[in-house]
Amino acid sequence: MKLTLTEEQEMLKKTARDFLTEKCPKKFVKQIEQSETGYSRELWQEMAELGWMGLAFPEKYGGGDMNFLDLAVLLEEMGRACLPGPFFSSVVLAGLTILDLGTEEQKQEYLPKLIRGEKIFTLALTELGYHNYDASSIAVEATARDGNYIIKGTKLFVPDAHIADYLLCVARTKPKDGITVFLTDAKSPKINCTLLKTIARDKLCEVVFDQMPVPKANVLGQPNQGWNAVQRIIERAAVGKCCEIVGNLQRVLDMTVDYAKERKQFDRPIGSFQIIQHYCADMATDVDGARFSTYQAAWMLSEGLPCTREVAIAKAWASQASQRVIALAHQIHGAIGVTIEHDLHYYTRRAKAAEIAFGDANFYREIVAKEMGL
Amino acid sequence: MDFSFTEEQNRFRQEVRNFLEDEIKKGYWEPACDAWIQGFDPGFTKRVAQRGWIGLTWPKEYGGQGRSYVDRLILTEEMLRYGAPAACHWFADRQIGGSIAAFGTEEQKKELLPKIIRGEAYIGLGMSEPGAGSDLASLQTRAIEDGDSYIINGQKTWTSGGSFVNYFYLLARTDPEAPKHRGISEFIIPADLPGIKRIPMIDITGTEAWNDVFFDEVRVPRTCLIGEKNRGFLQALQQLDYERSGMERLMGNYPLFEALIQFTKEHKLSQEPVIRNKLAQLQIEFEVGRLLIYRVALVMDEGRAPNREAAMSKAYSTAFEQRLANTAMEILGPYGQLLGDSKLAPIRGLAVYSYLGSKGYSLQAGTSEILKNILATRGLGLPAS
Repeated sequence: MKLTLTEEQEMLKKTARDFLTEKCPKKFVKQIEQSETGYSRELWQEMAELGWMGLAFPEKYGGGDMNFLDLAVLLEEMGRACLPGPFFSSVVLAGLTILDLGTEEQKQEYLPKLIRGEKIFTLALTELGYHNYDASSIAVEATARDGNYIIKGTKLFVPDAHIADYLLCVARTKPKDGITVFLTDAKSPKINCTLLKTIARDKLCEVVFDQMPVPKANVLGQPNQGWNAVQRIIERAAVGKCCEIVGNLQRVLDMTVDYAKERKQFDRPIGSFQIIQHYCADMATDVDGARFSTYQAAWMLSEGLPCTREVAIAKAWASQASQRVIALAHQIHGAIGVTIEHDLHYYTRRAKAAEIAFGDANFYREIVAKEMGL
Repeated sequence: MDFSFTEEQNRFRQEVRNFLEDEIKKGYWEPACDAWIQGFDPGFTKRVAQRGWIGLTWPKEYGGQGRSYVDRLILTEEMLRYGAPAACHWFADRQIGGSIAAFGTEEQKKELLPKIIRGEAYIGLGMSEPGAGSDLASLQTRAIEDGDSYIINGQKTWTSGGSFVNYFYLLARTDPEAPKHRGISEFIIPADLPGIKRIPMIDITGTEAWNDVFFDEVRVPRTCLIGEKNRGFLQALQQLDYERSGMERLMGNYPLFEALIQFTKEHKLSQEPVIRNKLAQLQIEFEVGRLLIYRVALVMDEGRAPNREAAMSKAYSTAFEQRLANTAMEILGPYGQLLGDSKLAPIRGLAVYSYLGSKGYSLQAGTSEILKNILATRGLGLPAS
């Protein structure tokens, strides 16, 4: 057992922190939040040159041959920096799914483009209704016709769909449990994309497939048997979100402790008051709990071990802990923390988005209950 | 990062489980909550000792096994899972032996460590006093040098298992003139010396949990002093970190957790969404606590005293135990109030016992408030209040 990073991971972390501190200050985040695209092409290219997109992919596709645990370190730093853009969509949601499910031909075709930063990918999974992340929630249909599939229906909360070149679409190909994953051309005129306005100003879209034809060759993995694969996508995405949450919360804790040391009232730093100290201690405990449960799940994913239970624990904890940590951070920061003058709001808004994404605590508690044999 | 155990550690865990299951099968004892602190069973301690499982982390030259703190955590985790009666040796094994190894003279190490390792030295803690709880350094028990002896006068309280122990570990003031943190020394003394009087205290569950221990002109040889005179408080701080470090803070009432889950399955309660939700939440909190505690053992294996880390895991874990007991009482409804020996009492009365008993655990070995102070000031660098 070892709960510390390797030397290589420490280096990666430091490189990422230095790079993002320079390239992704909050002024930049604000500007991107207000933009239509939600990312900077220039920064995207620089990240590709640093090898970030390819980090967790095999060398033969142009990747860095590292693993999911290494990627976790990078995602944590991105969470810490509030980095906007389609990295998560392209790499975690789409790229690793193509690596998992794709034929050699598909991998050769798509992964190098992703890794070089040339193309943007995303995943269209969730739909109308309130029971997401369950096979029964998939109503978008793909009907086989003349050697093609025709996809019809509406996907919701699809990140970065408006700028994506390729869109992985999870669709129903058989009435009961027949789910298939398709690799589709996001620029097709048969796709109608509307940007939704979200709390984190991240770019989530409504995506309408209007009788969109997709060649059979663009099926990813086994037709009709895609739900197992989708569950793995959800697990990986949930852990990825946990990593971002850990980075977010660690930064919030650091900011809050610094503020408590500096801010004086009654002629003394507010951090010398026990109530503030105990709030901070509670925050630190929540953050460490999120960190270890997250890295445990990331490690298991990385090792290819079954980890439904550990993923559920990590996401349930991180989701809840994030809300406690953010609430205390606001309480300690006082009124300045609820203005846009201060950086805290970036973290608050993102923590809420991440809490919801790929299953909240309620969703994962039920999974834990099943894993307990209840 | 690596969250796995070595093959050797997995084998060791299995060996411990086999041993404990065999003990239960033979009817030597029944799994119980809080048995690590209230289950006094010299036979069990002797059998654990025979396997070399006391002093697992101590140097080999004194009879220890020189193994890692993670190994010890595996051992104690299993003892707690099975609710084994380990109270005779728990304190000595957890914190006193390490203290002797760190600060004791060669003679003390050679005399006391093997005795603990053989499962013969049961050591009670004489730290708190009626006027010195969280503010431990204000303690008033005195040890005055007199020739080759110290004369001890005063009162200790909250000594767990005080009736059963054959040694006391004692913090006493050896320099009344010095600032309060700097005039204190550590002693280990036989418990049956003339002038020592023990009076049992009954806790809220009705169990004899502690003793008041009175010292009236108790004469002990100078060789009972551990480490450096007047530096006892600093020495003891490290011991307190060890006292807080372990899995007993999370798993003291683990037998209740298992029994509760089983109970809800048997009574079809586990299909109710509210109950599923509550139990799953406990499981999540349990797993997070377990990771926080393994982190503590890894810090110790790095050779560092686990100060803020143990403060964190102990405060977290004792709160968990209380939530577990609360949830159990909620789920059991009116049956929850039935004491273990009552007609109709569910799950052997474990819930009501733990509901009452768990209230003490966020107080002993550092209240949660003191622990959060430590975490905030020493861990996060916030200014002292």
